[in-house]
Amino acid sequence: MSEGGDVLVFGYGNPGRLDDGLGTALADAIGELCIPGVDVDADYQLTVEDAAEVAKHRVVVFADAAVDGPEPFSFEPVEPKGELGFTSHGLDAAAVMAFAIELFAAETKGYMLGIRGYEFNEFGEALSAAARENLAAAAAFLETVLRNRSFDDAAADAAARAARRDDEGQSCKTENT
Amino acid sequence: MVEATDNLKRLVIEPVTRVEGHGKVSILLDENNNVSRARLHIVEFRGFERFVQGRPYWEVPVLVQRLCGICPVSHHLAAAKAMDRIVGGEKLTPTAEKMRRLMHYGQMLQSHALHFFHLCSPDLLFGFDADPAIRNVIGVAKKFPDLAVQGVMLRKYGQEIILATAGKKIHGTGAIPGGINKNLPIKQRDAFLADIEQMLEWARGALKIARDYTVEHLDDVAEFGSFPSNHLTLIRDDGAMDLYDGNLRAIDADGKKIFDQVDCQDYTDHFAEQVKSWSYMKFPFIRSIGPEDGWYRVGPLARVNACDFIDTPEAEAARKEFLAVTDGKPNNITMAYHWARMIELLHSVEKIRDLLGDADLQGTDLVTTGERRGEAVGVVEAPRGTLFHHYRVNDDDQVTMANLIVSTTHNNEPMNRAVQKVAADCLSGKPEITEGLLNHVEVAIRAYDPCLSCATHALGKMPLTVELIDCEGNMVDRKHTA
Repeated sequence: MSEGGDVLVFGYGNPGRLDDGLGTALADAIGELCIPGVDVDADYQLTVEDAAEVAKHRVVVFADAAVDGPEPFSFEPVEPKGELGFTSHGLDAAAVMAFAIELFAAETKGYMLGIRGYEFNEFGEALSAAARENLAAAAAFLETVLRNRSFDDAAADAAARAARRDDEGQSCKTENT
Repeated sequence: MVEATDNLKRLVIEPVTRVEGHGKVSILLDENNNVSRARLHIVEFRGFERFVQGRPYWEVPVLVQRLCGICPVSHHLAAAKAMDRIVGGEKLTPTAEKMRRLMHYGQMLQSHALHFFHLCSPDLLFGFDADPAIRNVIGVAKKFPDLAVQGVMLRKYGQEIILATAGKKIHGTGAIPGGINKNLPIKQRDAFLADIEQMLEWARGALKIARDYTVEHLDDVAEFGSFPSNHLTLIRDDGAMDLYDGNLRAIDADGKKIFDQVDCQDYTDHFAEQVKSWSYMKFPFIRSIGPEDGWYRVGPLARVNACDFIDTPEAEAARKEFLAVTDGKPNNITMAYHWARMIELLHSVEKIRDLLGDADLQGTDLVTTGERRGEAVGVVEAPRGTLFHHYRVNDDDQVTMANLIVSTTHNNEPMNRAVQKVAADCLSGKPEITEGLLNHVEVAIRAYDPCLSCATHALGKMPLTVELIDCEGNMVDRKHTA
């Protein structure tokens, strides 16, 4: 919900499906910090009307659980994508960005914080222990980014870290061959 | 999975796109590419009824919202209605009932708006065979931006009504056993009233699109996935459409009543459920008719067909026009779901307008109680159709049994028949199965606006896979969307 800030943190996921609640838990954690100029919202999923809220902000950080990818989290820019995949009852962040640009002339920059989770397929409201650790790391990271408004630098750092991990993984594979 | 059979090949659409949740369609073709058999498989298993066992009854209206991220309000209200009876508080105070109705019409508005503008309109506006790169909500936004904005804003208005009545977007707590936990402040009411005329105008426009499409394409849509069927709905005691409360009415394909004004508490006397090995979803039927012919449709089409009238003027005028197409008989055209859905969209906005003008929304008598019961049924008309919640609660206030029949389960058999008919009519004998032809099958399913279950949707989940397998089990084609 817009409170007049220039940055929106939008966490999404189903807290009733274990680690799928990481996105909304991140939103809760950031909301408690009351960082000036930062609005916080959360929902089960991204939907078309979220584009209107996105368009009111200079920057939006989407936060969702990730079923795979880097631990403890990834952080990268969201490129608007004007096509939908398999379903549109819940949009992905790229589609929401595209919708915001198309319908509301948004000039918003988007970033995705993907927090690695591990348990998704049962009912329950508790995060797994490993997911809680990842959440804490992601919240600490995002707090710094939000206070410094250092989104691009943070995304570049995250990309560099990911590249190093890939290189290390590749060299391990080579050594093991 | 459909087995590979001699001289047959299997075509799988998995998951179906632009429906709520996930499903899989398998189409069995023979050696001449004629459709031998088509089925809609529901491949997710929820087990939610076990999950609520042992939980205190007052938690249930909040807990059940975890069932679905699309229509949590419907589950919230159906469970709350059951728990009203558990605490003996089913005769709500005027403020509590009207706040719940406002919440429910907000849910109906946002859900119908999402479905029409963003899930089904791409098919209607661009055509079933149009390039899939543009046949989606972003394509609508590019070519019909005003329409897309209207869809967004109608849905947003409905969502804000829900927020104002339920308290939160996630796990709203508005409805509690025996009542509601808040009223609607004047300031919020006035904010909604300021926009209501705009919402009415957009709802009228959406109804016109759906009506015009159906009438102008009547020759094409009349047979598309269509078949005669029974229809089930909640009904008010005077025969009016009532989406929040009432008794049960079922009619046959000609409009003859199968039963009427059946107390929802007695639903097990009238319904049974059949299990089939190839689907996790059950197949309900009317006991007095039996499983072969006792299946029925629910949702907007059934509700508009089965009610005697609608108690808001513009929606009632639209209902009469709708039924005139079939000479006053029930309309059994599957694609007419869209028209019926937009009649309900307009009805919901009319009801919201009327409720906002009612001073009971600012009342302070919010909760009532009475004699405690150990078992209860709560039923609402969810956006997709009749929703049953049935619970037993022990003396320690713990839920010992839960049985839920959700709207999409009622429509299981009709959706399968629609798939079979469209597959046979549109795919048989074609030398090549194009994406556009496959979309015809999905169009028929989407007419029902099924909610196949709201799964986790975390990053990296849910690919779309289409597989074509020949009679020897070899995959000859496969399409995949990440």
